[in-house]
Amino acid sequence: MKYIIKRIIQLIPLLFAITFLSFAMMRLAGSDVVEQKMLNTGQVISENQLAMAKEQLGLDDPFLIQYFRWLNNLLHGDMGVSYVSGQNVFETFISKLPATLLLTFTSIILTIIISIPLGIIAAVHHNKFVDYIIRFLSFIGNSLPNFFVSLVLMYILAIKLRWLPIISKDVSAASVVMPTLTLAIAMSAKYTRQVRTTVLDELSKDYIIGAKARGVKFSVTLMGSVLRSSLVTIITLLALSIGSLLGGTAIVESIFMWDGVGKLAVDAINMRDYPMIQAYVMWMAIIYVLVNLITDISYRFLDPRIRLGEKES
Amino acid sequence: MKNKIRFSVISTLVIVIIFMAIFANTICPYDPYQQDLSIAYQAPSATHLMGTDTYGRDMLSRVIIGGQVSVLSTLCLVLIISVFGTIIGILCGYIGGKVDTIIMRVSDLCLAFPGLVFALAIAAILGGGIVNAIIALAIISWPKYSRVARGLTLSIKDSTYIAAAKLAGSNSLQLIFRHIIPNIIGPILVTATLDIGTMMMEIAGLSFLGLGAQPPVAEWGNMMSNGRSMLQTYPWVVLSPGIAIFVTVAVFNLFGDMVRDITDKK
Repeated sequence: MKYIIKRIIQLIPLLFAITFLSFAMMRLAGSDVVEQKMLNTGQVISENQLAMAKEQLGLDDPFLIQYFRWLNNLLHGDMGVSYVSGQNVFETFISKLPATLLLTFTSIILTIIISIPLGIIAAVHHNKFVDYIIRFLSFIGNSLPNFFVSLVLMYILAIKLRWLPIISKDVSAASVVMPTLTLAIAMSAKYTRQVRTTVLDELSKDYIIGAKARGVKFSVTLMGSVLRSSLVTIITLLALSIGSLLGGTAIVESIFMWDGVGKLAVDAINMRDYPMIQAYVMWMAIIYVLVNLITDISYRFLDPRIRLGEKES
Repeated sequence: MKNKIRFSVISTLVIVIIFMAIFANTICPYDPYQQDLSIAYQAPSATHLMGTDTYGRDMLSRVIIGGQVSVLSTLCLVLIISVFGTIIGILCGYIGGKVDTIIMRVSDLCLAFPGLVFALAIAAILGGGIVNAIIALAIISWPKYSRVARGLTLSIKDSTYIAAAKLAGSNSLQLIFRHIIPNIIGPILVTATLDIGTMMMEIAGLSFLGLGAQPPVAEWGNMMSNGRSMLQTYPWVVLSPGIAIFVTVAVFNLFGDMVRDITDKK
């Protein structure tokens, strides 16, 4: 418990550094709010109005004062309004989250369904034909960029076979298939390998021979002991993937017009919608910090050696 | 014997790809930027092996010239991050203390910051282009190497041969160059070769989103992005650069696996 609090305290400065960096970068990168609004709405405003608007928004204040004002608003949950739509950034961002959460969930489930059985089969048939086929497939999957997979899936499933709509505006069972497949192909390729290595490691241990000598059925050993001990490694790896998926997969989401945070970020970047980009940066930072925290804690939880080592020192 | 064949085949493929990237200009059968609307949207044929695009430009030539940008920028990126990250990592591990803590916090910051946003900010400050995509990816990718290098340095720092070299009067520079670097270079090399494929996909991905190479420069990622609307009617415009990326990434991944197997032998 003490350790967890210590880790959280350590991570707080990181969050502050990220807010500062993102604020500074957006200031360096862009014209200011007023000019950007003008550009996006196409209005022409006189010099006078411009100066007045700038004063109202406090854009002539020193940089640090602006930063602290922004930070203060942020801590009160106020992320400003979008330069493009004029809507509340925080609310817009929250409204895009369910779509990304759904995609994260479906693709992780599909990845588990594909990679765990394939990895186990490959490990059990180590260096046999099946193993080679599975390894070959996972190698192919590892070398395919996801935008290529998306386009090929679109070409085959939507254009040639006409099974699915190319792009559907709303979230439906049909529209979730292609983005899920795209993400799951890349992840399954990676995890099948991992599962295979983990299970192979486990199979080479002495207790397997022991179980065999005692006449325990191989399938029982496999399903009971091997799978359970391999699961620890696999779950930790999956947790890391969930982190990156929650950030919204910018490319896949924007190809399939999937209305999640990844697409929101790409659109915001293309429109130079700085408040929205900052919201995305904060979201990513929070995910990174949480994932790190969870992995740290779960390692300590799952591996007593780390805990003991800490106590002695 | 089998390994020898594998070794020579993969190495040859890697050399061919790098050779094609360097001499792309002379290999191209046609001028990749020459527009000829009278032959627009031709399907792959004997004269145009990968067909032609919207402006009647030869796709094969464009894929070859696009490979120059993709392959060379990837190699450049991996070289930069592996050298820089390794140096930082060794220094952190060797010096330790406050310097180590501060640099590791900075690397945390780089890892936590979304690469897309870095790419955008850099594009906005310096202007778009492949160089800026490389800078953005370099900023978020070097910590991987510094962590590996730091860990390895820490693990050998207290070994007897380092102590012996110190006793024999080696100064820090000599220690780092003669004793630390040769002992940790293997894993770094493996990390770097395995990284080439991933980085190539990252660069192409940024270009695909419009944050890397800008048209008219041909690059695999932006060629696919520009051809997206033609997927239904003229699929070769999209699929040719896609296949090129896939084949190249696959070859470099095989190369990475091979380098790992070779260094793992001990």
